[in-house]
Amino acid sequence: MQLKINGKTLEVKDGCDIATLLQQLGLKADRVAVEHNHNIVMCRDFDTTMLQNGDQIEIVNFVGGG
Amino acid sequence: MRISINEQSHDIPPQMTLHQLRLQTDPSANMCILNGAEAKADIPLQPGDRVVFICSDHIPNAEEFNTMLKARHGAEVQQTLERSCVGIAGVGGLGSTIAIALARAGIGHLIIADQDVVELSNLQRQQYFLDQIGCPKVVALTATLRRINPGLQLTTHHTRVDSNNLPELFDSAHILVEAFDDASAKAELTQTWLQTFPERPLVAASGVAGFGTANNISTRRPFAHLYLCGDGDSAVEAVGSLCASRVGVTASHQAHAVVRLLLGLDPVKSTST
Repeated sequence: MQLKINGKTLEVKDGCDIATLLQQLGLKADRVAVEHNHNIVMCRDFDTTMLQNGDQIEIVNFVGGG
Repeated sequence: MRISINEQSHDIPPQMTLHQLRLQTDPSANMCILNGAEAKADIPLQPGDRVVFICSDHIPNAEEFNTMLKARHGAEVQQTLERSCVGIAGVGGLGSTIAIALARAGIGHLIIADQDVVELSNLQRQQYFLDQIGCPKVVALTATLRRINPGLQLTTHHTRVDSNNLPELFDSAHILVEAFDDASAKAELTQTWLQTFPERPLVAASGVAGFGTANNISTRRPFAHLYLCGDGDSAVEAVGSLCASRVGVTASHQAHAVVRLLLGLDPVKSTST
């Protein structure tokens, strides 16, 4: 299936959840903020939020320093 | 003739001199500033002159500070800023600089929260002083902010901010600023704030480390009411250092995003004003 991630199309396996997607993108689950079809998703829900073909996902990856 | 006295426009008789005006306006003043420079001689005043009288024993009060802000910003802008409440989570390199910018801009109420005390290494980029080492940052920053804006309403929390206490600590904030150091704390705060208060903007930062160019630091809106300042990439864990000037650029981006949001302007697009 295809997802729209930060405006770009990405092909992933069917039945993918957010945690698996982040892993595939090489991102750490505890350092991101994710919006799934315009809803913010809490970190604890990453591995139970199943993705569907055509879903829109925005990911912000935080790095340290302040 | 029309001149400006202490930031206010006034009509004065023609041929009036600086010392005559001082005696009439503020006899206690022991310093006269004429058009930006200290003037000791009794100079005849000209239309359009800008005169400021200073009494070095007098510390301006909240009302005087507010009058100055209104003269500088315009009454409408100042009333909007004055009625606003902004939360700052973390007052390290980003947060201490943001707090000072917002206090100077005349934001009415700031809520600041941080668990740390001032250490020597903080002075490399944070707005603290040698004689404040060992002092809780929120206490040290309070002293500084009070020296800037006597009318500022300030709520301080000397505590660790996490997802449990965040909604309560910043309940009255119209906008929250994320100014943490740690990447996972930034992520946790972002999720919690946007989930709890979906209509209230969050101004966060990511990618502030190193000695790289400051020209790639920007303000963007990744989604919803989340605004993100920084270069998005420079991690302290990767580049190993933080520099006052580069962190300061990001902090100023965050503070300015707050000001624009409060004034109903888009922090990202270069619209009016």
